[in-house]
Amino acid sequence: MRGYAGKFIEINLTTITIKDFKFPESDLRQFIGGRGLAVKLLWDRLGDKWEEIDPYGSDNILTFFTGPLTGFWPGARLCISGKSPQSMGIVGSSIGCELPIEMKCAGIDGIFVTGKSENPVYIWVTDNQIEIRDASHLWGMRSIDFLKTISKEGRTILKKTYKNKREVKEPQSVYIGPAGENIVRMAAVVGKLSYGAGYGGYGAVMGSKKLKALVVKGHGPLPEPYDYEKTVQLIRELTKKILASDFRRRWGTSWFSYHAGNTLSSEPVKNWQEEWHNEKTQGCQWYEQRVWVKRYWADFGCPTGCMKLSTPKIGKYIGALTDNPDYELMAYAGTNLGIFTPEENVYLSSLLDETGLCGIQCGNVLGFAAELYQRGIITEKDLGFKLDWGDADSFANLIELIVKREGIGEILAEGTHLACKKIGEIKNIDLNLYNVTSKGIAIGAHGIRSGLDYPHTISYALSSQGGDHTSCAYLPIDHPTSELTVLLNDSGVHCNFNTYPEGTRSKLFEFYTSVRGWPMEKEIWYNTDAKRIIDIQRAALLLGSHELKWKPKIDDVNPKRFYEPLPTGPYKGKYKTEEEVEAFVQEYYKAMGWDEKGIPQTNELKRLSLSSVDVKLDKVR
Amino acid sequence: MDTSKPFWIMRDHIKCTGCRRCEIACSLEHEGKIWPEASRIRIFMLFPGLEVAHLCAQCESPACVEICPVEALSIDLDLKCIKVNYEKCIACGKCIEACPGHIPTIHPTKNHIVICNLCDGNPVCVEACQETNFNCLYIVPRESSSQYGLFAQTPEEVSKNLAISLFGEKGKDLI
Ligand code: SF4
Ligand code: SF4
Repeated sequence: MRGYAGKFIEINLTTITIKDFKFPESDLRQFIGGRGLAVKLLWDRLGDKWEEIDPYGSDNILTFFTGPLTGFWPGARLCISGKSPQSMGIVGSSIGCELPIEMKCAGIDGIFVTGKSENPVYIWVTDNQIEIRDASHLWGMRSIDFLKTISKEGRTILKKTYKNKREVKEPQSVYIGPAGENIVRMAAVVGKLSYGAGYGGYGAVMGSKKLKALVVKGHGPLPEPYDYEKTVQLIRELTKKILASDFRRRWGTSWFSYHAGNTLSSEPVKNWQEEWHNEKTQGCQWYEQRVWVKRYWADFGCPTGCMKLSTPKIGKYIGALTDNPDYELMAYAGTNLGIFTPEENVYLSSLLDETGLCGIQCGNVLGFAAELYQRGIITEKDLGFKLDWGDADSFANLIELIVKREGIGEILAEGTHLACKKIGEIKNIDLNLYNVTSKGIAIGAHGIRSGLDYPHTISYALSSQGGDHTSCAYLPIDHPTSELTVLLNDSGVHCNFNTYPEGTRSKLFEFYTSVRGWPMEKEIWYNTDAKRIIDIQRAALLLGSHELKWKPKIDDVNPKRFYEPLPTGPYKGKYKTEEEVEAFVQEYYKAMGWDEKGIPQTNELKRLSLSSVDVKLDKVR
Repeated sequence: MDTSKPFWIMRDHIKCTGCRRCEIACSLEHEGKIWPEASRIRIFMLFPGLEVAHLCAQCESPACVEICPVEALSIDLDLKCIKVNYEKCIACGKCIEACPGHIPTIHPTKNHIVICNLCDGNPVCVEACQETNFNCLYIVPRESSSQYGLFAQTPEEVSKNLAISLFGEKGKDLI
């Protein structure tokens, strides 16, 4: 099978052992790479004792996987996975950065890490050398200091290793900030300046392993595809199709904020109390004109360049540095907190980036806290300061408390779902109405009540990745935004956006065949291979952990808030009723071959050669 | 643009997106595979956001040619680019040190230097960059000027300047 570098690396941080690992060819065929292969590995190694595995324990396996299409399909990405401390299931969390290219150029398809180091370390990889290096000097650093230091340090080491005088390029990395180090459950694995693999909480898993970063530099070519000429020709065709539309290119996802707020009524406002606003300062035109200093910013091979770089030019937030922000952060570090201006939004986003927090998870918990404050459930006494909507400085204070796990930050650091339970216990009231999460994971900034945004009635209720807006449960299951479709991109591993323009996604299977030399068919993917992966993810969710697990059917619902009618805007009054949700849920169960409680059925699991999953699921049947 | 007459590749670093499509195009053209480290144009990113397109500046009086102990380098009279004689080159790296921008690179697996040769008149990196409208790279007619050599800069030098241009005060100690 082509398109793969040919080996994976297993690193145990307790025993400090480094081993080559090879997946059998049949695994590569069926599980591809990235998310799919991570799911396979996690289940094979941990499945029979899944409930016992502590995500922060030394047994948990943290994976950094590329896929066969990485570097070929426009827009390279890396997929990070493991047992998730947020959902207790498996989340494939993908991130755009140059690291996966360096890995493949170093002859490695993926790295997985078990065990736990006693002292802070980072993993250093070059073409034929892997080292566990001391990271005590990096521990505690926020992103900018880390990036400055690792770039210099990496180049110095490379200059020593490769004595041929050529100007050495900087190695690439993914890393954690202080949030990950302090095992904040909402911590992301960060790439470049502001990209985060946030869903899943793998920054906290890295922190629990005392792993600050993975740093890689490869000097070889990308692995040979099966049919090079055809592959290059397909890349050219795709590029033309991608360039035909300029919308996402020019404004990135930032164009969506005003659109979602004003037109679709699907943008979270003040912890989802509303999903509508008419603030034109949340439009991409304001950001473009006021704060963007780089108007196209891209990852390897990407003709879109949807990312931007921004920094405020006036006021007290000069010096803050982040991307667009993208739509999710315009919402979660903006509208969801009652903030509607670029400078404050950029400032909060940059603080989330710098400290290594997932902007979605943390923006959700900040909104949750502010609503409790609005309702007098928590007070200035609990917080140490006021927490009014729109007050960026107070939200910044709260972020700092969360990162340090100080004061109320200790509770909020656990994310909305667990914080809701804890504060509810302390205050002795049910706070679930304010908990906008699914399966422990904060919902992406796309509401479902108006019915106009792309996630629909059951997208979050049934996603195997909880609130993950990129991995929506959808009917029909081969719909472009269904998680069975996205799973292919997450396993590929490449960017979703470059599969949206017309005429691109339809090339996926041909592209796979051309890169791997193994004929890949749509039918087989949706009926068999994708279902196999999702069924394992579903089983992992249902098994969960002793302290946190999800009941079949009972937990396959929307967050409580989504059953409240929209209070404002053109779609005032709209929402999805329990009956509507239930009808869709049953239909989805059927489409997936699950029983009426949503548990994968024995005969179906047999067909998918998942008898080990079947045996385990008896526990929840 | 008429590429039959001498031309120069303009590099407007601030516009570089880091898409590396130029590296992909260059390595496909010259090596037959996607191979960033063997590309004649290399994108440095000493700090994210400060992408630097590092390629030969085609100096008027190139220090690299002068220093080469085995006369492996010469100036192409038509295109005004540097020609490398792979047979003669002993990969001593003297030209790298002599070049004010340390631009020549030793091929990652072969025993010789590589320097941009303007693809004999049709630079594929420019084509790749133009196709997307990112326009960091574009072609201008070459005039007699000492300016070109000023762009023979190390990635550090360019990045330091870019950091200030993009981020102001904050950019001062990024590199
Ligand atoms: S193709 Fe252009 S924008 Fe892309 S990396 Fe090369 S120089 Fe930069
Ligand atoms: S930029 Fe460097 S390699 Fe190019 S001509 Fe000048 S000295 Fe030679």
